[in-house]
Amino acid sequence: MYWNWRIGGLALGLIFFAAVALVKPIGVSTQFVILDGIIAKSFSPDIVVQDKTSKSGYSSPNPYLNKSGGKYAKSVANPWNYSFIFVLSMIVGGLLGRFFTCPEGENPFGTIPEHHRRRFGETPAFRYLLAFIGGVLVLWGSRMAGGCTSGHMMSGMMQTAISGYLFAFAVFVVAVPVSIILYKKGGKS
Amino acid sequence: MNIFLAIVLGIVFGFILQRVGAADPDKILGMLRLTDLHLAKAILTGIGVSSILLFLGLAVGLIPSSHVHVKSLYGGVLVGGLVFGLGWAISGFCPGTGVVAMGTGRKDALFFVLGGLAGAALFIVMYGPLTSTCLFHGLLGGKVTLAQAGKFKAFVGGTAGTAVAVIIGLLFIFLAAKLPKSLRNTK
Repeated sequence: MYWNWRIGGLALGLIFFAAVALVKPIGVSTQFVILDGIIAKSFSPDIVVQDKTSKSGYSSPNPYLNKSGGKYAKSVANPWNYSFIFVLSMIVGGLLGRFFTCPEGENPFGTIPEHHRRRFGETPAFRYLLAFIGGVLVLWGSRMAGGCTSGHMMSGMMQTAISGYLFAFAVFVVAVPVSIILYKKGGKS
Repeated sequence: MNIFLAIVLGIVFGFILQRVGAADPDKILGMLRLTDLHLAKAILTGIGVSSILLFLGLAVGLIPSSHVHVKSLYGGVLVGGLVFGLGWAISGFCPGTGVVAMGTGRKDALFFVLGGLAGAALFIVMYGPLTSTCLFHGLLGGKVTLAQAGKFKAFVGGTAGTAVAVIIGLLFIFLAAKLPKSLRNTK
């Protein structure tokens, strides 16, 4: 159904290499901040303002959007930028991938993963709740760490960044035991 | 030109993540529970291959060193990573794979992305007060690598650095090949 690990791993390696060779390392989680900023801006336009004194030409009253010379503020003001369009395009890539996936047995595009169904049953609402809570923690953690699986773990370790090794260690040291306990065999079948 | 590259690279990246199974929470949870290491083998291979190509490309001058962007090392990387790991284990999605899974039409991925927007918003609000803590103080000089990449600080520079990076890359690929398909046989 999916590529084997050799082909998949080679493809992953080539796309991470192509991105850094042509533009810059792949990263995703920052764009959640940018989309938040774009949404906030539609309610309160003053969240990012043009500012000749800042390095990027933009500033924000919010310290995070104003960080590093207002580079996030600049992306919020100009969503038509490389990193934001890159992440939006990933959605199209996912849709395209689906057409090339021959489902085997359980529908891999269903809304409830097998692990969840086995442990917590069929109610979609509870799966949505766990997905939402997971999303809150994952993106809060990514922003605290300054990157996610793409930026820190893959791109970071590709560059032998110490921050990438530390991030990967921290992630797995929690994720492995928690998933083993949370999705342990048994429960509802 | 950059927007064109963003569209092409973004679509290809999303496609690859989907085709390797990373946008499937069952594959992620199988990896985290150590019952199905397919993804771990693919990820290790990917890091190894990209790293070797990057450092050789830098060494021969094929890749402008300005393309290298090393992320800073600070206490928040550890704290953020721990919180990230908790959310990853609960949901089976990370930011990139959640976005791609949403593209495949998974409804739970949509809830993950909405949660992600809420989590990022929470951090945007909390960042100001958090800057008074020591979480963001750079460690070991902040942006630092093992092998010299671009203009960033490194433990090993020059040709020796390239050699170190290539050896680490080969080790990742070796580990990927040697890793069994499963470390626990409970399903």
